[in-house]
Amino acid sequence: MTDKKINSLQDIEQLREQLLSGHKDSKARVLICMTGCRALGAGSVAAKFRENLKSLSLETQVAVVETGCIGICAAAPVVLIEPYEYLYGGVKPEDVEEIIAETIEKGQPVERLAVTQNGEVSAKLGEIGFYKKQKKLVLENCGRIDPKRIEDAIERGGYIAAIKAVTEKSEQQIIDEMIESGLRGRGGAGFPAGVKWNLCRKSDGDEKYIICNADEGDPGAFMDRALLEGDPHRVIEGMLVAAYAIGAKLGFIYVRAEYPIAVEHINIALDQARGLGLLGEKIAGLDFSFDIEVRMGAGAFVCGEETALIGSLEGRRGMPNSRPPFPAQKGYMGKPTNINNVETFANVPIIMKNGPKSYSAVGTEKSKGTKIFALAGKVKNTGLVEVPMGTTLREIVYDIGGGMDKGRKFKAAQLGGPSGGCIPAKYLDNEIDYDSVQQLGAIMGSGGLIVMDELTCMVDIARYFLEFVQAESCGKCTPCRAGTKKMLEILQSICRGAARLSDLDLLEHLAGHIKKASLCGLGQTAPNPVLSTLSSFKEEYVQHIAEKKCAAGVCKDLLSYEIIEACTGCQACMRVCPVEAITGEKKQQHSIDKDKCIKCGQCFDVCKFQAVTR
Amino acid sequence: MSETINITVNGKEIAAKQGQTILEAVRGKGINIPHLCSDRRLKPVGACRMCLVEVEGQKGPVTACTFEIKPGMIVETETDEIRAIRKTILELLFYEHGAVCSTCDDMGECKLQRYGYEYKIADEVIKSSETMEAIRNHTTGNKALEYNPNKCIRCGRCIRICEEVQGVSALTFKGRASSVLVSTAFDIALNDSTCELCGQCISTCPTGALYERRAKGRGQCKDLVRTRTTCTYCGVGCQIDLNVNPRTGCIIRVTSEKGYVPNDGNLCVKGRFGFDFVHSPERLTKPLIRENGQFREATWDEAITLTGKRLSEIRSKHGPDSIAFLSSCRCTNEENYLMQKTARTAGGTNNIDQCATTCHAPTVAGLASAFGSGAMTNSINEIQNVQTLFIIGSNPTEAHPIIGLEMKKALAKGAKLVVCDPRKTWIAKRADVHIQHKPGTDNMLINSMMNYIIEKKLYNQEFVTQRCENFEAFIANLRDYTIEQAADVCRVDADLIRQAAQMYAGGTPSSIFYTLGITEHTCGTENVQNLANLAMLCGQIGKASSGVNPLRGQNNVQGGCDMGAIYSVLPGYQKVADAGVREKFSKAWGIKFPTNTGGRVTDFIEKAGEGVLRGFYCFGEDPVLSEPNQANVIKNLKKLEFIVCQEIFMSETAKLADVVLPATSWAEKDGTFTNTERRVQRIRKAVEAPGEARPDWEIICMVSTAMGYPMSYNSPSEIFDEMASLTPSYGGMSFDRIDEVGLQWPCPTAEHQGTLFLHKDKFVRGLGLFHVIKFREPAEMPDDEYPFILSTGRTLYNYNIGNMTQKSDAIRQKQSKNFVEMHYCDAQRLGVTCGETITVSTRRGKVTAAAAVGQRVQPGALWMPFHFVDQPTNKLTNDAFDNITRTGEYKVCAAAVSKDAGTGTK
Repeated sequence: MTDKKINSLQDIEQLREQLLSGHKDSKARVLICMTGCRALGAGSVAAKFRENLKSLSLETQVAVVETGCIGICAAAPVVLIEPYEYLYGGVKPEDVEEIIAETIEKGQPVERLAVTQNGEVSAKLGEIGFYKKQKKLVLENCGRIDPKRIEDAIERGGYIAAIKAVTEKSEQQIIDEMIESGLRGRGGAGFPAGVKWNLCRKSDGDEKYIICNADEGDPGAFMDRALLEGDPHRVIEGMLVAAYAIGAKLGFIYVRAEYPIAVEHINIALDQARGLGLLGEKIAGLDFSFDIEVRMGAGAFVCGEETALIGSLEGRRGMPNSRPPFPAQKGYMGKPTNINNVETFANVPIIMKNGPKSYSAVGTEKSKGTKIFALAGKVKNTGLVEVPMGTTLREIVYDIGGGMDKGRKFKAAQLGGPSGGCIPAKYLDNEIDYDSVQQLGAIMGSGGLIVMDELTCMVDIARYFLEFVQAESCGKCTPCRAGTKKMLEILQSICRGAARLSDLDLLEHLAGHIKKASLCGLGQTAPNPVLSTLSSFKEEYVQHIAEKKCAAGVCKDLLSYEIIEACTGCQACMRVCPVEAITGEKKQQHSIDKDKCIKCGQCFDVCKFQAVTR
Repeated sequence: MSETINITVNGKEIAAKQGQTILEAVRGKGINIPHLCSDRRLKPVGACRMCLVEVEGQKGPVTACTFEIKPGMIVETETDEIRAIRKTILELLFYEHGAVCSTCDDMGECKLQRYGYEYKIADEVIKSSETMEAIRNHTTGNKALEYNPNKCIRCGRCIRICEEVQGVSALTFKGRASSVLVSTAFDIALNDSTCELCGQCISTCPTGALYERRAKGRGQCKDLVRTRTTCTYCGVGCQIDLNVNPRTGCIIRVTSEKGYVPNDGNLCVKGRFGFDFVHSPERLTKPLIRENGQFREATWDEAITLTGKRLSEIRSKHGPDSIAFLSSCRCTNEENYLMQKTARTAGGTNNIDQCATTCHAPTVAGLASAFGSGAMTNSINEIQNVQTLFIIGSNPTEAHPIIGLEMKKALAKGAKLVVCDPRKTWIAKRADVHIQHKPGTDNMLINSMMNYIIEKKLYNQEFVTQRCENFEAFIANLRDYTIEQAADVCRVDADLIRQAAQMYAGGTPSSIFYTLGITEHTCGTENVQNLANLAMLCGQIGKASSGVNPLRGQNNVQGGCDMGAIYSVLPGYQKVADAGVREKFSKAWGIKFPTNTGGRVTDFIEKAGEGVLRGFYCFGEDPVLSEPNQANVIKNLKKLEFIVCQEIFMSETAKLADVVLPATSWAEKDGTFTNTERRVQRIRKAVEAPGEARPDWEIICMVSTAMGYPMSYNSPSEIFDEMASLTPSYGGMSFDRIDEVGLQWPCPTAEHQGTLFLHKDKFVRGLGLFHVIKFREPAEMPDDEYPFILSTGRTLYNYNIGNMTQKSDAIRQKQSKNFVEMHYCDAQRLGVTCGETITVSTRRGKVTAAAAVGQRVQPGALWMPFHFVDQPTNKLTNDAFDNITRTGEYKVCAAAVSKDAGTGTK
């Protein structure tokens, strides 16, 4: 860590030159994801690398870098070797010797560790389908730097765009560029970020604040976590620009306590930025002071809503307030406050660096730039992906995601979490941006994208999300508190086979009123998962109610397991049945005692002859 | 003033004020927007969503309670869509609602029920609700109130009123989503939380979820009859409604309507829960006569005849100084007027007094000498606009809680706060400057402040020259009082005194508030005069929100004084010394005016001891408990030949009486009280008196008649009219005029609208008089034998001698025993632990009480309340008196503390 303070734009540019020139005798770099992959043994792989490199006296020439998310989570733990760009998945400590011998010493790939996608095997990162259609702008450093080292970030240009902007541009110039860039809020609603900044800048107030909303709460979403873990400096850099443009002296990062690595990395990054004079008094020698405090949220989903988040920051119970007044007018402690999501701030350095025109060249007419998705569900390559706005769902699911897992059929993609909806297969070729997604009954949301196959029950999915919002409703306004509970009750009764067809009308009626009457975004969007599945998959609801049948085999109460003639009497099902409900002689058709059966479905999964029905 | 703008609501043009919300704009204009979570006293939150309306140009419906109006705005409040949404919301609320209206106390009052009816919610929807299991909550076992989660609609009004209006924040939501409930932080029992039992949460609850425990099952709201009256406790004069069940004739609960001065629907613990005494089985119901040392029940005839005979006999045998009349500030203006009239007519004596001698007599004397009028100069609702509050010797949030609320409003608006109090009270903790001076050093403090103000030229020269006199002598005296010396004597940081002086002198405007911490000293009148000096010096008087404001302690202590129940003045402070005044009253009453000087209650006790006073008519007072040095009081009273007590309970003084006359409480009679801001307000009969008890004014008439001066009136209104005809400051008032809202004196003519603040342009006495005040030490200072300074005072939960408040289960549960506040350093030194029973002794007596160890008082100081008959603090207090008004020095005496009953310890 350098101890020299940055006192000017020149200083930081010089520092970067100096850092870059320090790698002359570098032979290779071993990048190991130490965030998400940590849970799958990345730590021992890294240790093994260090050990072996040391014993080969290569440790000064080959750096082992603990990075953030490299992207392809399905292949964890993931190792990337620079400069060869060989990407290895499922790496174990015993593979390390071979990787050093082949790749580091000879520059050759270890084919057996390469990632397979759509039948193609390639060790080169750039040749893997998962990466080919991605455009990594915001994630350019994520997985490439050690997030705990500010030098790594600066080497790759970090902070330079911000320092250049605050040195050379006026506040209004920055806001104008932000507006021109067309960047829309990545938290989900897609409000133009520059316009939001401008509102806050123009509000009267002796003190102003900026807040980074890192209270990522959608089930299945982990974009913000990955950014904070993998490249916290980019977020700080974005906040720095925002603070300058708005006139804030203090900022907050409100991050959930369930993200310990993100919290750790952000705190380290803040300390290092302060150490270099990139935060604090007279930043880069300018008459501009700004600092950031980290506040941990206690895991309430509703605290992702701006006004609830501010309440929580102020030490109150996190509950949303009526708007207007908007936070830009009266926010934290009653002062004008600008809140943006992590990914929004992370986009700012790109705009500052390349200019608004270059930025807005990417994307669609009304949605500019790229979007990061957390790709999850029944798709082969789950992981973190960044694509230009306007990429089709098919490209994401098939080209990047490698298609459906186990060769099953694509049924729908859930976008936008509990506020979003399910997009059915017929829209696979629609371009994804803020407006198109809304037309399809979902929302862009923060970027959670869950892929579903034919074994997903859409009624159950709606029930799941309702259960989520009902548990996370703050309880302040009637429609959200009581309305979602009533809707959930109806959905539960459908899943139990106890509902009437008229309940579907009641669901729609309630959903409409809850959307219109709720106080905040949580309630206003809470019925979306129900409404979107009702519109695309109504036949499933009807089937549950009228035929008391769940075709996907998920709603237990509607299932009745039977063994049909196709049974060969292999006894596989008998062996897995945890309650000994299956009986039968070898090579004879088995049968299931329905009184004992707990409908766990293990017999169904294990049967190779489709002899178990439900 | 904010600009008037026009909006269109349901096709109708409406004029409203800029800055108002839609809900505020349509109020009182015939458009009713339903709402459940809104209360005018609270900031709007838009939680219930019942007030959704359509505003042209808005994407979806908006909440009328939060949405600010704009010129030309077009609003629709009753479209089919809006009504359908509201119906859904109501259905959802009923779906959560685990209770039925037919068994609910709140039936008739409940807004959910009302809207449910209006929006025709189907029976099956209402029936579908599930009742939550009876779960223990923070109010389980609480005797004041009950929270029933089955009836709660989670509007949060209780939580918000607790925070926004009371500043207490005892309540909060717990849980999430459909399991959200109201509770205390960490779910502790209500009485263990910061709750002050004001019951404001009940007042704002739109359903029956929060309800008075005592009222449950004793009559549904729809059947209760409300009688508007004035609270009988402190001098604020809150307007309350006694809710009476006509079938049982009992007061079931006390409510208060928003929109009325002075309290705007707010009440404190005493006002809301302190009325149980009315129906107490301990009430006196028959006249009693002492025979052979024992009381026996008697007829009214017997008792009155005996009383008239004995008092007349003594008077004719021993002259005007042999009998005395003690009037009651607990009772009405009419009764006080009659009592002093009886003293001066039937009694032929000026020996008439009331309890102001015990408390604010120095105010009446001190302010009258400085300004010409001895009352609060400003109005209660002016307090919220004060910019620097200067509070000295006063604990408003406990003793005058509703005035405390007005002060909280001022603070919320950004007012600065200076508190001079030896104790760290609730309000002192929130002060910008808290001067925790040694008890009894007020004049040292004030003189040094004024010296500093003059030195720094912070005073208002123009005001001083044009409106005051005796300035030269006044400033000459101040030179001896430096800040450094004051810091030393008062034991405070000199800088704090400077800051306080700057804040007060620089406030735009500033206002002084004080109570008995100023008056109950041997220099009480001088203290008051010095506060008058301070106000005049800085020109902080004679304008809105600025003046000298004594907060009167009893419901009608202002009226008692106004009515001339003082030896030296007649109604309206017309001086007995003035021959013209004497002639006017002699003529009106058809008497020869008494010739003796007369005295005060403390004189009566002294004269009784000397054998000069022989007969005593004690009306609604209990000097045995309220006067200092109890042993001496009892000893002297026992020497009297005849005592008659007119009471509602068998008081400690009544126990010494020869005749006891059963009287009515305030709920059982008509009349008027004058509150601390000089506002004359009605009280009204709501229930029947128990047994043979009679209204006090009737009893006084009977006694007077029996003494030979026939007196008879048809109603209190008639008495009031007679009084008003003789009292210029009340001259324009009548029961008709004050029927809905009271008037503030002076109100000399029938057209006069009353006076909001006094001394505008000119003081009542002409020029304001600066007094030369020297600092004097209290009569008894600590020494080796009695090393502590003991002060006494009131608590929030109890009132005076406690005979009313201690009848309330709710209050008794919260506070029923005496206690001694002491600093933890002293406690540690003496080995005293918090809650331990200790003995406090003075040269006059001993009292045992629980030690309340903490930091409320400074080391070397003790503080005790005086509300508990079994542990009477006035056994300890010093019967040293103010040199002018003979008010006892309750605030300073020397005391010792011991762990074991008996010997004093240092």
